[in-house]
Amino acid sequence: MTATAGDVFFKGQSGHNTRSLLRVVILLCIAGAAISSRLFSVIRFESIIHEFDPWFNFRATKYLVENGFYPFWDWFDDRTWHPLGRVTGGTLYPGLMVTSGAIYHLLRFLTFPVDIRNICVLLAPAFSGLTAVAAYLLTSEMSTSPSAGLLAAVFMGISPGYISRSVAGSYDNEAIAITLLVATFYFWIKAVKNGSIFWSAITALSYGYMVSAWGGYVFITNMLPLHAFVLICMGRYSSRLYVAYTTWYAIGTLAAMQIPFVGFDPVRSSEHMAPLGVFGLIQLVAFVEYIRYQLPSKQFQTLLRSLVLVIFVVALGGLVLLTLSGVIAPWTGRFYSLWDTGYAKIHIPIIASVSEHQPTAWPAFFFDLNMLIWLFPAGVYMCFRHLKDEHVFIVIYAVLASYFSGVMVRLMLTLTPIVCVAAAMALSQILDTYLTTKTPIVDTKENGSAKEFADVKSPVNPVTKILSPGLRSTRHPVIGIYSNVSKAIVVLSTTVYLLLFVAHCTWVTSNAYSSPSVVLASRLPDGSQHIIDDYREAYYWLRQNVDENAKIMSWWDYGYQIGGMADRPTLVDNNTWNNTHIATVGKAMSSREEVSYPIMRQHEVDYVLVVFGGLLGYSGDDINKFLWMVRIAEGIWPDEVKERDFFTARGEYRIDDEATPTMKNSLMYKMSYYNYNGLFPPGQAMDRVRGSRLPAEGPQLTTVDEAFTSENWIIRIYKVKDLDNVGRDHGSAAAFDKGHKKKKATKRRGARVLRVE
Amino acid sequence: MAPRNRAPAASTPSTPSSQPTPSRTKTASNPQHIIHGVWNNYVAKTPQRTKLIDTFMAFLMVVGAVQFAYCVVAGNYPFNAFLSGFGATVGQFVLTASLRIQTNVENEGEFKNISNERAFADYIFGSLLLHFFCVNFIN
Repeated sequence: MTATAGDVFFKGQSGHNTRSLLRVVILLCIAGAAISSRLFSVIRFESIIHEFDPWFNFRATKYLVENGFYPFWDWFDDRTWHPLGRVTGGTLYPGLMVTSGAIYHLLRFLTFPVDIRNICVLLAPAFSGLTAVAAYLLTSEMSTSPSAGLLAAVFMGISPGYISRSVAGSYDNEAIAITLLVATFYFWIKAVKNGSIFWSAITALSYGYMVSAWGGYVFITNMLPLHAFVLICMGRYSSRLYVAYTTWYAIGTLAAMQIPFVGFDPVRSSEHMAPLGVFGLIQLVAFVEYIRYQLPSKQFQTLLRSLVLVIFVVALGGLVLLTLSGVIAPWTGRFYSLWDTGYAKIHIPIIASVSEHQPTAWPAFFFDLNMLIWLFPAGVYMCFRHLKDEHVFIVIYAVLASYFSGVMVRLMLTLTPIVCVAAAMALSQILDTYLTTKTPIVDTKENGSAKEFADVKSPVNPVTKILSPGLRSTRHPVIGIYSNVSKAIVVLSTTVYLLLFVAHCTWVTSNAYSSPSVVLASRLPDGSQHIIDDYREAYYWLRQNVDENAKIMSWWDYGYQIGGMADRPTLVDNNTWNNTHIATVGKAMSSREEVSYPIMRQHEVDYVLVVFGGLLGYSGDDINKFLWMVRIAEGIWPDEVKERDFFTARGEYRIDDEATPTMKNSLMYKMSYYNYNGLFPPGQAMDRVRGSRLPAEGPQLTTVDEAFTSENWIIRIYKVKDLDNVGRDHGSAAAFDKGHKKKKATKRRGARVLRVE
Repeated sequence: MAPRNRAPAASTPSTPSSQPTPSRTKTASNPQHIIHGVWNNYVAKTPQRTKLIDTFMAFLMVVGAVQFAYCVVAGNYPFNAFLSGFGATVGQFVLTASLRIQTNVENEGEFKNISNERAFADYIFGSLLLHFFCVNFIN
């Protein structure tokens, strides 16, 4: 069977080289596939920044490139959160911007005339290639099989769970953070295996980079100590672990504190107390181990008992005292919502209102991971078979990430790497078993000695010992797959599964994750693509027609986009650091005009922007988000804004004739449906999102003027009126213009409004 | 520094091996005697280089304790400075402890592919990183 020509390449030293070369080539191909499968959005649409948060990152990157590093570090942004402003340099994770800034300057230095926007758009795909390589390295540490690493790299490269956050244009922190996450874990495993200060210091560096890039670094911060802790509890403490952990903690914590946004958190907040505790514990354990080495066991036990007791009491007392005295900050809301899924909904509606903070629906697992999700438990099981230190890590990671991904949709991202690694281990085991052409030589003639053979040669096979030797199948205990038919069947079906997986990944990527959501696409009846570009139309209108310092009020979702595309000051944006300010905007949107107008005057609002999908059937519009505005406003002003008032008596959320007066009089409702009736024959106005018919009489606006409505009515911009020339309030002024008598106007007037200016 | 470490160290453990035995019989439960026994054991058994490392570790512990006491007594006002100073001592301590573990002949089985030279180079690398971060953080 073995060809002589093949021997030269596949045996001995040159065979080793050939395999290494093949591995490199395959990895390069995988990286290429990972990058190219993320380019759908660039090909379909254009090289554009996606969604919401990336627009801020892009704007910050531009600022960094234009002004240099130190101005960026000290950047106070007075064009967001008007009138408060935002200390942007101290409240962001600079890793992403600094990375793309460095790449930009490097390419410029090499005289590539490349645009910063293209770097930002293509950064995530480029890093996904690196993630595939990191997954290869991590898996190779886990498994002796050479194919496991490559499979993991493929899975990591194309699994939709990761692609969802790393398509071209999705310029978000996660784009580089997942690469760093996997790389940090790889270095950590390497450090624990070798007990090397060097690898541990590299882990700390990688961790520091991760801290600078993503708030999810806390996952690593708790994952590594947990691994160390479990190893200690399993009685697997080793001096390698001591070296790896303490070096990582000492350098990594200092590295983390270099980021201004993190600051003193690593010694102050509860999320970071676990690594500190384990650090103390491991010092103790190391000391005790050392003492034990010096002493006979009887004495050692006496000493140990008193030592453990004293230290436990001191440590616990210290922790309680510090927490009570407020030196250590308690857990933040986001973390409470990880343990208690109902917590955010009750206490912090702003966290619950973000769609990616919702619990995951079960089909999402299959959608994002396809066949990996059922290979995953098998892979974790394989870890139990060897259960070395690094396999313990995989098991812990698997358990934690599975839980977290069930709690929050966005944490699917942290689950994906471990699923890829575990699934690759399982699949490589299958392939290694079935793809070998060697057939073990079965000595069928040796009937008599078969039993001895079982006992001596394969003590790992307990089946033969338990079952009686009378069964013919147990007489020949050599276990393996001999038949080529069964091999072919298994290999073929695995191949089919793999092909289906690739097809699924490509389909999901192309259909679900490649939409920029700034530009919408729809199909015309003849099948051709129709681009709906209302967002950019409206933002560009703002950029062209509105004074440079005109303040735009909108719901916070659009703050980053207005800042990035229209370059106009906003009241609130996706940073959501100030709940009260957001609630103020929510109150202005959900109250009557007479209440909203003073709020808008106080905040110097010039224009109000609402997103309305009723004409097009675009469901992500402001009316659908309206209840969150109400809830957040109610959190601050429970007396003035009440969620109940927006529901009908039967508890329905309606916008048609039966809508409640509060709903109909709210500024948001009026701005959304103002003049909408004019598009339809009388009495026929339909809202295509809610699927209901609107009241025959459209809402009247008195304090704002319609300024701009985009082509498909998705974005509507209103100008806030100046104060009336003769000192009337706007309600009576509008009534006067219509020709009503003053008497009627006074009757129409609502609650007395305090004039503030 | 490290290359000749192993030769003298290998011979030392065998000589005083009989020393802890007399203390075991009479004062097994008295902590004071145990500690005394440990100390004698340590002085007799440990190679000179390891003792040097231990002295440095003891020095670091004293420096750390002084800083912590200062922080408790005089307040932590330049918190950056305190943290980086304290972090430097703690970090240096654990790095030195790691070096001690790695160069210890008793642990040779654990660190098969880390020679003494490699351990020392790693130690330098880790210390450089640590002090870079400390200096950057000290304000």
